[in-house]
Amino acid sequence: MAEEKSVQSENGKNTVFKVKSLTKVYDMGEVKVHALRGVDLELYSGELVVLLGPSGSGKSTLLNILGGLDTATDGQVIYRGKDLTRATEQELTEYRRFHVGFVFQFYNLIPSLTARENVGVVTEIAKRPMKPEDALSIVGLGDRLDHFPAQLSGGEQQRIAIARAIAKNPEVLLCDEPTGALDSATGIVVLEALEQVNRKLGTTTVIITHNADIAGMADRVVHLSSGLISEIISNTVKKSPWELHW
Amino acid sequence: MKELDRKLFRDLWKMKGQVLAIALVIVSGVSAFVMLISTMNSLNLTRDRFYKDYRFAEVFASLKRAPENIKDRISDIPGVDQVETRVVADVKLDIEDFPEPVTARIVSVPDTGNPLLNRLYIRKGRIVDPFKDNEVVVSEGFAEAHGFSPGDTFAAVINGKWKKLTIVGIALSPEFIIQSRPGALSPDYKRYAILWMGRDALGTAYDMKGAFNDISLTISPDVNANDVLAQLDNLLERYGGLGSYTRENQISHRFLTEEFRQLQRSSEIFPAIFIAVAAFLLNVVVSRTISTQREQIAALKAFGYSNLDVGIHYIKMVIAVVLIGVAGGIALGVWLGKGLGMIYMEFYRFPYFIYELRPSVVIIVMFITIASAVAGTLYSVRKAVKLSPAEAMRPEPPALYRKMFIERTVLWRLLSHPTHIIIRNITRRPAKSFLSVTGIALACAIMLAATFSSDAVDIMVNVQFKLSQKEDMTATFVEPTSRRAANELKGIRGIEHVEGFRSVPVRLSFMNRSYRTSIDGVNPDNKLRFLLDTNLETVHLPPEGLVLTDYLGDILGIRPGDILTVEVLEGSRPVLHVPVVGLVKQYIGLSGYMDIAALNRIMREGDAISGTYFTVDSLYQTEIYRKLVDMPGVSGAIVRKDEIKNFYETQAEFFLFFTFVASILAGTIAFGVVYNTARIALAERGHELASLRVLGYTRAEISYILLGELGMLTISAIPLGFLIGRGICAYIARALGSDLFRIPVVLEPATYSLAAAVVVASACLSGLIVRHRLDRLDLVAVLKIKE
Repeated sequence: MAEEKSVQSENGKNTVFKVKSLTKVYDMGEVKVHALRGVDLELYSGELVVLLGPSGSGKSTLLNILGGLDTATDGQVIYRGKDLTRATEQELTEYRRFHVGFVFQFYNLIPSLTARENVGVVTEIAKRPMKPEDALSIVGLGDRLDHFPAQLSGGEQQRIAIARAIAKNPEVLLCDEPTGALDSATGIVVLEALEQVNRKLGTTTVIITHNADIAGMADRVVHLSSGLISEIISNTVKKSPWELHW
Repeated sequence: MKELDRKLFRDLWKMKGQVLAIALVIVSGVSAFVMLISTMNSLNLTRDRFYKDYRFAEVFASLKRAPENIKDRISDIPGVDQVETRVVADVKLDIEDFPEPVTARIVSVPDTGNPLLNRLYIRKGRIVDPFKDNEVVVSEGFAEAHGFSPGDTFAAVINGKWKKLTIVGIALSPEFIIQSRPGALSPDYKRYAILWMGRDALGTAYDMKGAFNDISLTISPDVNANDVLAQLDNLLERYGGLGSYTRENQISHRFLTEEFRQLQRSSEIFPAIFIAVAAFLLNVVVSRTISTQREQIAALKAFGYSNLDVGIHYIKMVIAVVLIGVAGGIALGVWLGKGLGMIYMEFYRFPYFIYELRPSVVIIVMFITIASAVAGTLYSVRKAVKLSPAEAMRPEPPALYRKMFIERTVLWRLLSHPTHIIIRNITRRPAKSFLSVTGIALACAIMLAATFSSDAVDIMVNVQFKLSQKEDMTATFVEPTSRRAANELKGIRGIEHVEGFRSVPVRLSFMNRSYRTSIDGVNPDNKLRFLLDTNLETVHLPPEGLVLTDYLGDILGIRPGDILTVEVLEGSRPVLHVPVVGLVKQYIGLSGYMDIAALNRIMREGDAISGTYFTVDSLYQTEIYRKLVDMPGVSGAIVRKDEIKNFYETQAEFFLFFTFVASILAGTIAFGVVYNTARIALAERGHELASLRVLGYTRAEISYILLGELGMLTISAIPLGFLIGRGICAYIARALGSDLFRIPVVLEPATYSLAAAVVVASACLSGLIVRHRLDRLDLVAVLKIKE
């Protein structure tokens, strides 16, 4: 991924992702599941986008393809001028290693490693990482460095996952239902962490949720349903996470 | 990859039970390998060193009597290096407080002191004074068996004269590392001795002054031994030469070579099985670990770790487990190897034991183990890294169950739901179930293979001494004698039935193959010696022609109807052509049989016998022994009962050692397989079982589901294990069989039961451990884990 071009879109914003007629079909043996049916989308530098939609609307599939975790059946995903849909396995690995941070619904922490070490797993292989301690401080866990995942609450675990995702100073932060496994109060703490990262570091952030209330904190809200974008709404006023309720 | 290594370490620690179980299996394999190979190498090294340091001769020959000046003509044979002439005689011993017949071979020591060839290692005391006819050096085994030290005395009947001898030294010789009477089953240190006496003294006793009746020599390495043998035989023919031979046919060397060959074969068979099982277990555990770490792998890949990074991570894990096992295995193997070496040392009379573990053995075992373990796990690792991260992060789809044929039967409805679950779990993944069954079956097979030899020995002894040779004692004469000698024996009180026999040393040849043995002539209607066919039924000895042991027939490539060339190695040494008229079954030794009348006819010797077989009234046994010692014409006597008893005594220690080691190793494997299968099942079904508990099932009921499956796998593994075990036994029997003895493949029910019991016990033990874990199943936590 040597070629990194700033692509200016028509509206003058710096385009990070350009998605064109993206389709994804899962072959489940006897049935074929159309997860994406031709999605067109542009994501801009520094913005916080919420992908909203019910289960099965295709939002996770879209996020996975954006993150290089999955391949498309058809269509294109251009990241900074580079076509991800044509990238080799090795290029995708590099892309994930140096450009993308992930936050998953179920945290996906390595249970045998402490908070600091879980972040260390990523900083070891990154180009310009933060110190694991700094990343953990950003999410408010500077005092939990040597705790194992099993010793932490769900919200804390998710914040480690966020620390882990941002520690490499990624270009984009992709979060799949980051609050899905959490109660609302804990969820808000996690969202605050995400919002802070987006605001302070300017990381382009995509959050998947089926919770419409979270949409309030986004720059733009992309509604997905049955594998298609049904609507894109730009928020004129962004709410702070602590103003959200559900 | 610091953090990943930390993960590796902690993951291993968390799985320590399983890691230990696998490491133990590897320890078993590696220690068996190291034990057998290092013992073999050490024994070889010890033997070679002893042979070299004590100048073991390369060619041997016995003859009737030749003047000493023949020695120079022998030295002139091209290729002959050093020559040493000797006087050798077989004598009867008379030992106070030991009334049984004891025979000995007396070997002369040159007047100059220690021999040039076959030198003596003097353990205690000194070498004999060559001119003193009452001094002897005795073999260490014999001295130990009777508690003799220098200064002690016993008597011998030397050339018909009773003579009191004083022990001046205790020695070992490269010529008698295995000190076995010709034709005996096993070394018998109590009843067979080697004595060394001054040449002058012994020569005088046997009228061999300035003459010799035995010769040993060394030859140059670049010369063809057969040429030397031919010229030597030619030269010695008119002095009553009995045919020269190389080390290959020297009795002690022969036995040693056979034993070493068996050890070599064992070291090829057993470790291979252990290592295969270990690789298999590693494979199962790693693939299981990988499937529990699906999400972690996906996350690592999402962060940008490459397939190679992830692959290396798991390969490291495998290697770590293997290294633990290899290190333990080498340590245990060295310890066992030294122990086994010591047991062999009681059997083989070496002056010292040099234990050697070659670095190459360590390297080979590490390479084999790591390579097989890595190969075994590579597949699962490849499968794991091949998943795209998004796919790996999705939970595995629920397993697909199908209805089976059995489910449509009435029987199915009679079974409980938990039983249905057991059957479906087993049948849903037949390959996996089959692998588990195979692993357990291998443990069972190893157990059988390791213990069957004692059954085999029972059968060998039973066939040889109960069905075939029914005499109580054998007495051999100094030389072939007229049949009247047998009548003399009949007159001794307590001797019941006497049968004379003739034994002629021969070299049998057919086409380009030949074999040295003897032809035994017996009366076709005798009541003590029987020939058996392959079904162990008695075969009648035909009035003409030769009957051979079937294995000898194979060696010579001869079948009934063919004409065999018989070169007689005594007397006038005629070369005869005799038809082979039948083959008979015999597990121990190889010989030919003829009607004694026919044998004497072709030997043109009249009615001669070499000795007699007879039965005795046990009441008079001691008295009979005494009488035999006093009879000058009798060169030695053997009591069958003693021979069998001694055979069992000498073999027992080996059997105990091997059975003990094998039981532990087989138990380890059975435990390793069952325990890992159980832990994996627990990990896979923990959720399902916890759900059942939540639904109201008791601990016993969910234990039944898990342990019932293990039980079913174990039960079905046992018959398979019997089958594989029998196959391995047959292979071992074939591989270890030789002209000294053949091993019958007959397994007693007790052997099967023991193998099954060891497997079941190991299964129960691992079942108990898993049951303990099941009882502590955290219901809430399990249910919280996402599917």
